[in-house]
Amino acid sequence: MMESLNAYEYYAYENRPKIRWPNGARVAFWVAPNIEFYELNPPPNPSRKAWPQPNPAVPGYSIRDWGNRVGHKRQMDLLEKYGIRGSVSLSVALCDHHPEIIAACKDRDWEFFSHGIYNTRYTYNMSEDQERAMIRDSIETIHRHTGQKCAGYLAPALSHSEHTLDLFAEVGTELFGDDAGFYTCDLFHDDQPTPVQVRSGKRFISMPYSLEMNDTIVYAVNKVEPRHYLNMLKRHFDRLYEEGAESGTVMCIPTHNYQISCPHRIKAFEEALEYITGHSDVWVATGREIAEHYLANGYDDARTAIARQNGGQR
Amino acid sequence: MSLPDDYLDYPWRQYGNDHNRYDWSMLTDRPPVQWPNGKRLAVWVNVSVEFYPLNQRGIPFKVPNGMTMPYPDLRHYSLRDYGNRVGIYRFLKAFDRYNVTPTFALNGQIAERYPSLLSRLADTGAELLAHGWNMDHLHYGGQDKAEEAEQIKRTLDTLRKHSGQSIDGWLSPAKNQSENTPDLLTAEGVRYCCDWVNDEMPYPFRTEQGDLMMMPLPTELEDQFVIGNNLHSEDSWVQQVKDAFDFLLEESATQGGRMLGLNIHPWMMGQPHRIGCLEEVLEYVSGHDAVWQTGSGEILQAFQGQQGSGREASS
Repeated sequence: MMESLNAYEYYAYENRPKIRWPNGARVAFWVAPNIEFYELNPPPNPSRKAWPQPNPAVPGYSIRDWGNRVGHKRQMDLLEKYGIRGSVSLSVALCDHHPEIIAACKDRDWEFFSHGIYNTRYTYNMSEDQERAMIRDSIETIHRHTGQKCAGYLAPALSHSEHTLDLFAEVGTELFGDDAGFYTCDLFHDDQPTPVQVRSGKRFISMPYSLEMNDTIVYAVNKVEPRHYLNMLKRHFDRLYEEGAESGTVMCIPTHNYQISCPHRIKAFEEALEYITGHSDVWVATGREIAEHYLANGYDDARTAIARQNGGQR
Repeated sequence: MSLPDDYLDYPWRQYGNDHNRYDWSMLTDRPPVQWPNGKRLAVWVNVSVEFYPLNQRGIPFKVPNGMTMPYPDLRHYSLRDYGNRVGIYRFLKAFDRYNVTPTFALNGQIAERYPSLLSRLADTGAELLAHGWNMDHLHYGGQDKAEEAEQIKRTLDTLRKHSGQSIDGWLSPAKNQSENTPDLLTAEGVRYCCDWVNDEMPYPFRTEQGDLMMMPLPTELEDQFVIGNNLHSEDSWVQQVKDAFDFLLEESATQGGRMLGLNIHPWMMGQPHRIGCLEEVLEYVSGHDAVWQTGSGEILQAFQGQQGSGREASS
């Protein structure tokens, strides 16, 4: 085990080169709906149990199934109402199980990125070859069903290995060159995109995907009241909007159709979307659009600044 | 440690679900439902009437809201029993006051321990459902099938004998099931089940004896979940129920009839400082022209009257 993954260097949140979003926007805002499939009878992984009860774990399985049967459409309609295209963190097996959902998102020009095959298949204890095969399967599946070259990654159920980011970057390159495999949502160390070092040396970045604003963390882990979640989202936005006048920031709301779309919670989400998109200097974008813009316009300056800050090794 | 290669095999990676119990279908792809008399939102209030034994075995896990202290945990035993002695009678008064027709889901053992309570509830004319034998008799994966079959039969026989009702509906303790539960329920004449929360409308669930209808009763809106598990305030619970009600009512204006299932517990909302919040909820959800407030059996009957088995709707 390593003391640190060393995937990124220290980079102080002051005196950074200015990030300039299109049209002078202060905040790049994206919504990342996780569209997941949890298996009723997943195979065991020695490092993590999929369900708290013996299979069939009806409580956990059935609420997640509710998300796809009922919740997804509600969230999709709401995002459409506020002019937001989702960036889907996808359990790619869902392309096979529920192609209607994939088609509906594709019709709306949403982005799809990889969240593994199932959210009940963990990376833990996979060999490098197994993880590589799983990642390759996920990128190929997205391409086969949507025509998209998968740009981003969020490891299934946030289960990682030491090589997850390296492998995603490499497989993306093998399949589609620089068009795939260039951002990760697995790191929570910053409110701006930052360069990430992968072993191939590829231009690769971390995209802010806030766990603090993630509805499952908010509702299921921190057990926050829906109306308070609305306050949290507004405060989070307000501060990033203020700071974004100095240098562009990123706000992400990661969602789950089985949390955000529940009838007793969806109103809070709607009010947050109305509030955020009601501001003039917000760039409503997808993960890929933000990543591409940053790679083209901010990445090199950041690398230079990081090298200078850390003694000019780079 | 390493993983076998078949960790990357996905035998169920195909169209539909990863099992055959029910068909995959999105709610909005089904024919709209019309409730009787032009109503748009069916509101179903279920009261879970529960017995938590002091000598909890916790097989295969400790039931939520059960005993947590070393034996004898008089604190939780009596707090739960409070619901059957005091809280339920506050509920009954509130139902009368707001003209609400609930259903009562009872542990079978309630009929033996508190026959007068069972009679009182049956006398309201409300539909009774079975809620397992008691809160420490969970149904769970890997459970011995004969043991579970006996548990189900004992529960239904006891409730049917003491109430004179047919007992068509079933709610498992903690909504937990074994792989056999649905088959064993239909074998004992149960027509519908409330364990799976994966929809908001009735839908058919395959069993060895034919279809069992599923009547989803959302866990995450329950008093014990919002106030007990999440530690939200009573006022927040009221707000959340109202928000859910408003949302479903609005959706029903364009998408056809909707159903709001609300599961409540006398040991929770029957406390003096909480009963007013329940009354506020009852007043809110029963006072609207577009609302059809009734029990699960009637809602299901109306649904099946126009949608049949519900299966053609999802094919």
